[in-house]
Parts: sequence; C-alpha cells; structure tokens
Amino acid sequence: MCSLALFPPPLPSGQTTLCESNNELLSGASTEDRLKQESSPLSLHFPRESLKLHSRTESSSKAAFLDHSETLWMRSAAAWRDGGFTGLLNEITNSHTEVPKWLSMSSGCILALLRWVSSFHGSLFPHLTLSSEDMIAEFSQVLNWSDCVVRAFAWHPHTDKFAVALLDDSIKIYNPKSATTPTLKHRLQRSVAAVQWKPLCASALAVACQNCLLVWHVDPCSLSTRPSSGCAQVLSHPGHSPVTSIAWSPSGSLLLSASPMDSTMMVWDVAAESCVPLQRVGGGGVSFLSWSPDGSHVLASTPSALFRVWETRMWTCERWPCVKGRCQSGCWSPDGSRLLFTVQGEMVIYALTFTDAPGVPTSTSQGPQAAAVVADLSETTFSTPDGDIVVGGEIQSLVWDPRGERLAVLLKGDPQAADRPAIIAVFKTRANPIFELLPCGFVQGEAGAEPRLMQFHPNFQHGALLTVCWSNGRITHVPFYFVSAGVPHFGLSGSPLLPHPQQRPADFVNQSLFTEFLS
Amino acid sequence: MVSTEQSCWFIRKVICWRAVASIAWAVLLLPPITLVFVIISKFSFLHPIQTISECLYLLTSASGIFSFILLCGVILIVGFLHLEYYTVIPTIACSKIALLGQLLHPRHFINSLVHCFMGVIVAWCCAVTMGLRYETLGYPCTESDGHPQMCLNEYHLILLLAGAFVGFSHSLLGVIYNMNYVSFHTVQQYKYLRFKRCLPLVVKCSATQALYSVRNYIVMYLFLGKCPFFMNKMLVAQPIHLLTALNNFFQIDYSVHPLDSIAGLLDLSLLYHLWSSATFLLLTWNITLLLFRIFVTEVYSFPVQSSFTEDSHQCLPKVLTEKQPMILKFLALQDLALLSQHSPSRRCEVFSLSQPGGHPHNWNAISKECLSLLTDLTQRLVAYHDTVATNGRAKSLSSGKDLMSPRPVFLMKTPASVFARSVAGTPQSPLTSLFTPDLDSPFASPALRRLTAPVDQCSPWYGTVQSPHIMRRAPKLWSTSTGEVEFQKSNISFSTHRSSNIQVLSNEVLPEASSQALFADSQAHIWALEGLSYLVQASFSEDQFGVVQTTLPSILSCMLVLQEAVDRHFKLPHASSKPVRSTSSMGDSTYKTLRFALRATLKTAIYRITTTFGDHLNAVQISAEHRKRLQQFLEYKE
Repeated sequence: MCSLALFPPPLPSGQTTLCESNNELLSGASTEDRLKQESSPLSLHFPRESLKLHSRTESSSKAAFLDHSETLWMRSAAAWRDGGFTGLLNEITNSHTEVPKWLSMSSGCILALLRWVSSFHGSLFPHLTLSSEDMIAEFSQVLNWSDCVVRAFAWHPHTDKFAVALLDDSIKIYNPKSATTPTLKHRLQRSVAAVQWKPLCASALAVACQNCLLVWHVDPCSLSTRPSSGCAQVLSHPGHSPVTSIAWSPSGSLLLSASPMDSTMMVWDVAAESCVPLQRVGGGGVSFLSWSPDGSHVLASTPSALFRVWETRMWTCERWPCVKGRCQSGCWSPDGSRLLFTVQGEMVIYALTFTDAPGVPTSTSQGPQAAAVVADLSETTFSTPDGDIVVGGEIQSLVWDPRGERLAVLLKGDPQAADRPAIIAVFKTRANPIFELLPCGFVQGEAGAEPRLMQFHPNFQHGALLTVCWSNGRITHVPFYFVSAGVPHFGLSGSPLLPHPQQRPADFVNQSLFTEFLS
Repeated sequence: MVSTEQSCWFIRKVICWRAVASIAWAVLLLPPITLVFVIISKFSFLHPIQTISECLYLLTSASGIFSFILLCGVILIVGFLHLEYYTVIPTIACSKIALLGQLLHPRHFINSLVHCFMGVIVAWCCAVTMGLRYETLGYPCTESDGHPQMCLNEYHLILLLAGAFVGFSHSLLGVIYNMNYVSFHTVQQYKYLRFKRCLPLVVKCSATQALYSVRNYIVMYLFLGKCPFFMNKMLVAQPIHLLTALNNFFQIDYSVHPLDSIAGLLDLSLLYHLWSSATFLLLTWNITLLLFRIFVTEVYSFPVQSSFTEDSHQCLPKVLTEKQPMILKFLALQDLALLSQHSPSRRCEVFSLSQPGGHPHNWNAISKECLSLLTDLTQRLVAYHDTVATNGRAKSLSSGKDLMSPRPVFLMKTPASVFARSVAGTPQSPLTSLFTPDLDSPFASPALRRLTAPVDQCSPWYGTVQSPHIMRRAPKLWSTSTGEVEFQKSNISFSTHRSSNIQVLSNEVLPEASSQALFADSQAHIWALEGLSYLVQASFSEDQFGVVQTTLPSILSCMLVLQEAVDRHFKLPHASSKPVRSTSSMGDSTYKTLRFALRATLKTAIYRITTTFGDHLNAVQISAEHRKRLQQFLEYKE
C-alpha cells in the first residue's frame, strides 16, 4: 500500500510544477513559468477584480418597491404560486386580521406541525437544513466552492476546447482553433455547480444550476460571442434542486442529474426533455455522480454514510454502506472494472473491483464483498528549506487520467494553518500483476495559490494532461509525458476492447517525446 | 399470405401471452383496489367499527361477490380491447376535422359504445358496493291514493348514467390523446420497478380525470336530466308489454327532491360518491392499460442465428424484414439496438459468416433493412419538403386574389396538402375558406387526394398495414362541430369556439401536427441508427472478416443524406417548436418529441462512427460532397 511518506518532498515556495518527464516531475521558478504559461493559448487567468459580481441577490430587490396592499385572495394565490402549500399557510397565518380566527389558528397549527415534521426529517439528514448555496459548497467537488473564481471546468471529450464557469455565473468557452470566446449567460444560470460536455456531440454542454439543469447548444462554427438564451434547453423537475452533480452517459444518449435535496436520481432524455426518476429509499439525497467510462456502471453517493453503484442496463443498484462518513469523491478506471473512492473523515483511498460481464446484473454475479484500501494519505511531515510542511489528510476529489496511468488526488489541507496547504498528490497506477498505486509527486502552483479544481484532458496524445484551477483565478496545465504500458486501451465512446486509433507505442519510442512540452 | 402466417407465431406465442399476463395481474390487483374503494366509500368518522363490519359483511355477501366477478369480467374485456386497439405508431390528426373523423370512425365508435356499456356495469357494481340509497333501481313508495308501488330511484340512475358517461368520455379522450399508443422507453427497467414508478402517476391521473368527467357530467345532467322522465312518459305510449310493465313497475316519486336541479345536484355526499366511483372505474382501467403497456414493450431477445432451419424465421435478420405485425418489427429493432450496445457475443454472431459458403448473411440482412428504413425516411422528408416548397410559391401567387374570388382554379391542381396549410403564411378569412376546396372532404377528387398524401405512399407500411391507422390519418368526414368542441378538455371558453366554429373546422391545422405525423414511426429509425452505429463501432475491433467494411460507404452516405434532409426539415416553421408537455393525462406524448430524439440520435450516430474510425475514414469511398460533410464531423464542427 502506498503512503505519502514515499513521495518526494514538496517544492520550496516560488517553484511550480511544470511537467513530468523521464519519470520525474520537473519544476521551475514562477517567473519563468509565467512567461511560458502566458505564451500558451489555453492557460488563462481570471483575476477576481475583473469579474462583475452581483451586488445584491434578487430577493432583496423587494425592498426597493413600495408596499402595496392586495386583497387576501390575490395574496393567497401568489403565496400558493411562489411558496406552495407552506407559503399559503404562512400567508393565512400572517394575515390574521382579515381571515376568521379559526382559519388562521388552524393554519398556524398545521404549519407548526409541518415544521416539526420537517425538523425531525432534518435531524435524520442534517444537510437538508442547509441553504442551497451552502449545500452546493458542501457537496461540490471543488475545494471551497463559494469562494472560488472558477467554479466549474470541463474539457470537451473529443477536441481541445473547454468550458469555464466563473463566479459571476457566466460560462466561457475557449477553443484554441477559434478566435471567438462565446460567453453563456442565462436568467436561470445561477450558482453553477458543474458543467459537462455531451460525448459524441460537438455542441451540447450541460450545466448544473441552482434551480434547474441547462443544456446549451453552442454551435462551434458560429461567430456569435453571446449565444441567446434560446440556445439553452431548461430541464427542471419539482423538488430537484439544487443540482450539484451531472453525468452524461459515455454514449451520449442520457444525462443523469442529482440533488442532495432529492432522493431520486433523474435520467434525462435531453432531446425529448423527459426524465425517468430512479428512486431508492435511504440516503436523503444524491450528492455526487460518476459514470464509468465504459458506460456500464454509475457511482451515486448520498449525503449519508451510504453510496450506490447502479448498473446501467436494467438500472438496478448495489448498496454500499460506509462506516464513517459519506462518499466524498470517486473515479473509475478506463475499462470500468475498478472504482476508487474516498470517504469523508477517512484518509485512505478505497478500491472496488467489478468483474462481471456487461449486461449481467451485478446482484447476481460475484461482485466484490468489501472495498480494499489501496493508499494511505494520513498526514506526513516533510522538511523543506522553508520549514516543515504537513501534507495529507482528508481528500476533496479524485481524478484518473483516461489511460488509467496517473491518479491525481486533491488533498484538502487546513486553510487556517499555513503549514498545511491544500495540495495535489499524483500517483502512478499499475493494474498488472496486482493493482497498486506508486508515488509520482506533488503538483504545486505559485506561492499563495491553492488548487481548487482539477481535471485530466480526455485525449492527450503523449501521456496525460492535468488541468488545475487555482484559487487566484489561474488555470494551468501540467503535462505528464510517458509511454503507455501497452495494455489495450478503451475508447471513451462506450464499447470496451476498442484500441485507441492514434495510440501506437512502438512509434513513440523513437520520437523525442520526453523533451516535448505542451504546445 | 405466407409471411403473415409466419409472423403470426409472434402474436400467438409472445404478444398474446404478454397480454394475458398483464390482464392476469390487473385482475389480481382488483381485490386490493376494490377494498380501498369500499373503505373510502363507506368510511364514516363517527362509526369506524361499524364501517369495518359493514365492509366485511359486504365482501362476504353474495351481491358483493357477484359484482366482483362482474368487475373481473370488465377488466378482461378492457384488456382484450387494449390488445385489439393498441398501436406502436400513433395516429396523428393533422387537422381538427381529421380528429373528428377519427372520433366518428366506426371502429372507434364501437370501442366507445363498449366502454360506455362497461361503464354502466362498473357503476352498477359501485352502487351495490356503496349500498344505502344507491343500491337498487326501484324502491317501494305509496302513491297519493295510498296504493303501494315501486318508484324509480334516481340516485341509482344517476350513478349508472355517470358510469356510462365516464366510460364514453374515457374512450373519446383515449382517441384524442392517443391512449392506445404504446411507446418504448430509452431506460430499461424491470417490470415491477416500472410499475411501481408509474403507479402514483396513474392514481393522480385517474383522480383528476374523474374530477373533470364528473364536473362535465353534472353540467350535462343539469340540462338533460329531464330525459329519463320523458322516456318514462314515452314508454306509456309503447305497446310493448315488457316496457309497459317496466313503466308500471317504476313510478316516479315526485315528492322527493328532483335531482336535475341545482339544489338537488349540489349534494356533497352525492358528488363525493360520484367522484369516488368514477375514480375507481378509471383507476382499474388505467392500471390495466399501464400493465399492458409495460408487458407488451418488454424487451424480447431474438436469436441472431439458429442451427435449425425450422426456427430460421424467428431469427433477428428474418424478423427485421417482416412488415407485418408492427410490434414485431419494433421489438426486433429494439433488440438489435440493445444487442449492438451490450452484448459482445451476439454481435459476434452478427459479424459471422455462413458455414458453407462464407457469406455474411446476417450482417447483410440487418444492414440492408436498417438502411432501407433510413432511406425511406429521407425520401419521405424530401417529398414533404418539396410539397411545402411548391405550395408556398403557389400560395404567394394567389394570395392577392384570395380575398376577392373563391379560389383560382389553378390552385386546385397544386399539390396542396394538410401539411402545407400549416406553413402557408396567409391566414384565410372564414368566408373564403368556406369555398376553398377542402382536401379532406369527400368531394375532393381522388387524384387530388393522392397528390396530397405523398407521405403515406412512400412509407414502408403503405398498403401493407391492415390496421386502420393509415386510413384514419386522412379521414374524410363532414360534420357539424358540436361534438368536437365538447370533447376538448373544456377549458377553452365556449363563446370563442362558437363564433369561429366554421373557421376552425375548415382550415385550421393543428400546429406542428404535420411534423409529428411525419416522424410518427421514428422510434424505428432511432433504433436502426443506434444499432447500425454501435455495430459499426464494434466492428473496428470485433469484425474479424471485414464484413462491415463493404457496407461502410453506403451506411455513411445514407446517414449523411438523412442528416441533410433532417436539417432542412427543421428549418421549416413549426418543425422546431417544442410541444406543450402534458403530464396529467394517461396518454403517452412521447411521439411528439420523436423528431428531436431522431435528430440527436442521428448526429450522435455519425459522431460515433467518425470518432471510432478517425482518419481511416478518408480511405472510404464516398462522394466528394459527403466527404466534405464528413470532414466537418471529423473536426467536430457540426
């Protein structure tokens, strides 16, 4: 089992990680690095000051208008429309001067009863009492989401373009091959928790928002920099908000969405704008979704100490109760046979292996009986020229590169303590003869910048490319140059046993790839 | 004849058994539903114990058991009607007059009458179950001269008539909302889970539909409530002994509050009982429908090849080419789409060669059938587009004269169609439209009518489908509009309708209905696209003999041509407008969005092939125009 003690020590401050080459991580001084990064078209910087934030929320605009009295009927109808049954009861209780006494009394009693029941429900699932912003921050894969300039990031699965969701609720799409940078804004696009491109499609981008799910259709050939909100499909279902996690099926046909408030997971047929709710009792919601690259399984974690692994042929699920906390993050190996996940409150990475043939429900086949610990990330002290640094602790998110060779782990650190920074630890993974994680190194940015969000490029030719969004609004790319171990690779597009068309290891050996940098 | 006989094996061996299983489950579910109904209808807060004892007494009494048997019979009939009337391709009325024609079609009319009759039976069972004042048709009363007699129990009568009304309106709504349409789901689930998921929805639908039906019924009874009494009086004049005897048997007790008044109908307990029995009726029928849909759309796994020649007609390549029962073709295509995605071993059989000879018969048959389906859709779209284009020109030429003269003669010769009128820009005034030759009317010449229906002619099911839905697609019936307005969901105000009745009937085309009709069977095309693209994708690594390579150029060009046609279609007005989603009805509205699903699937299918093969596609021989198009896909610019 791998532990952090085997890692090379972190870089001294001022040094940043540039790339992996010849099996070691190369670093450089930040000034030199900055020059290089700015010459690259895909490296971006969003200073916090450049964003126009909302000066006030929409609900506070009510105070700007004069109070104007409507009849009780009108107010009740409005309350019913805005707040549903509880809103209506609230309105009746509050206007006790106009309604008969028995009515206001009884509605007050019903309201109190409802609150008591919901508080009981809330004591079972404490996350239900959070406000929706707090809930997104709690369950997002992004570290410290509410304070983050870049709130979500998504590479296109097939080309070199990506979408960035910013703090001001806009989404920008960058494409190195095109001069236009479309900016997507929509009335309903608030508190973006996740974005994801539709596989096998050039244009569709799904956005998880506070109250709904948006699917943008951004024409790649269009020269428009502000696509109209008519290009977005709005998918919403009562009670299904805030949406914190979305996942497209690798075949591009279905979209999954999950909300910690809603115990059902929605399977959307986006073209028809219809959904199939998949409900199971227990858990109190669904906080994180991850679809395996071969399309056969979906990990759905809940806010309580329980997660489920769905099988996508007949949509049945396995329950996996955790001992300590909820499943915080998870990722799948490229062939969909292995799931790595972390549990809140524990400092280890677990692995589950699925060996069943596709199409056979996992409940009947011999699934794994228990998860195995594959890495221990408990706190380890490294002594650097700047003093001791403690690395390790709880894990915010896990990502695995599409070839299954590098695993990046975002460690939370402690924001209060200066010597416990959030840091990205990268492991090499090996599947044969036994599955194991080997240390690779830490990925660090400029001084004072902590990693918030990371993602691997889905089809980087020369190894793996890790994109990291930093707390200072910078987005950098760290390439890992390596020759793949020659195991058959699996296409992103669904069917297993599909060799990568471009991947020919024999040719790579002769090329001078090891000194090549990202262009 | 041979082919129909052979394909009957599927109806006989699979569909019938599925229908029987669904009916059996519906009958099994009847006792709990009835129990709930009995408790709901008899429950009184003041005497809970008494309620339970009454319920127990009722369930063991002879009349209770008899009415339960009757209910089972009704469920059986409803189930068999579903089996008889279901369709996998919805009938879409392109204009309101076509809808009216559907409603009055003899086949549907018989269906409505049977439903009406069954409604009466269910209502009688409800009356017996509820007991109290509803139980019998007559009750003893004394006439003014002190002579003891039987009087007509109007409460019983109102319940029976309510049953008839609800049954009738249920079947009419079924026609309007295509309730006999069986849609297939993109998400596969086990039958139990699917039923569990849909059950709350069905209960909600039944309750709301019952509420609307009862409201309409009450309004109708208020105005027509005298009729039973008139009938009663008329019977006196009838010389038939039986009727006279009946009439003499039941006298109306006029001292009791008459029910056909506002005060008489505003009886809360009566309304509650009417609503609960209507809900019970609709719930049992809707559950039967739901179970039928779930069972009949279950995936059926066809063997790809068989080692015995006598089973060869049951194999997937043979079954796919069958034209006759549509359900067979649809299930075969669904199975093809699933096997191409999930089952490597069955894919291997598709790519295999025949044992003596070494021909890829399986792949050839499958790809040929899928390609012919897609080509057919392309032709249909092109024909439709041409029709619309020519008609648009003719319209613009004549638009100036429209207001003055009834219609230029040359216009009658243009291939105007029901579709075309939805896109014609100039709205016609009610006056001229009266004189416009209505192509739906029986007065239009057959030649003209043939021109108007290019879609039906080039469809694969043209002339081969014996079920009347193709014929019903263009019904030719004149009638007044009274019925039609009534059966709308009645939230449209009556006054606006009355003023524009003529206009509505003669020239208004339901928006986007033509587009829906064009893509009505597109589920088949979606599966064909999925199946082909997944098989081609898998062939990259699994096809040992290269059987797919030979057809790759034709598959690519077929998809690209279809893509072009679909793109052109979506540029038409109304084609890309989203339909209003109605969630509160049992009718399945999947068919309304099939064109969007087809467009998305088509694009994904082409991308699936281009992503898998990448630059190797440059070696495939296709025309320069298609290569250019393909390049767009390779660069992810579509």
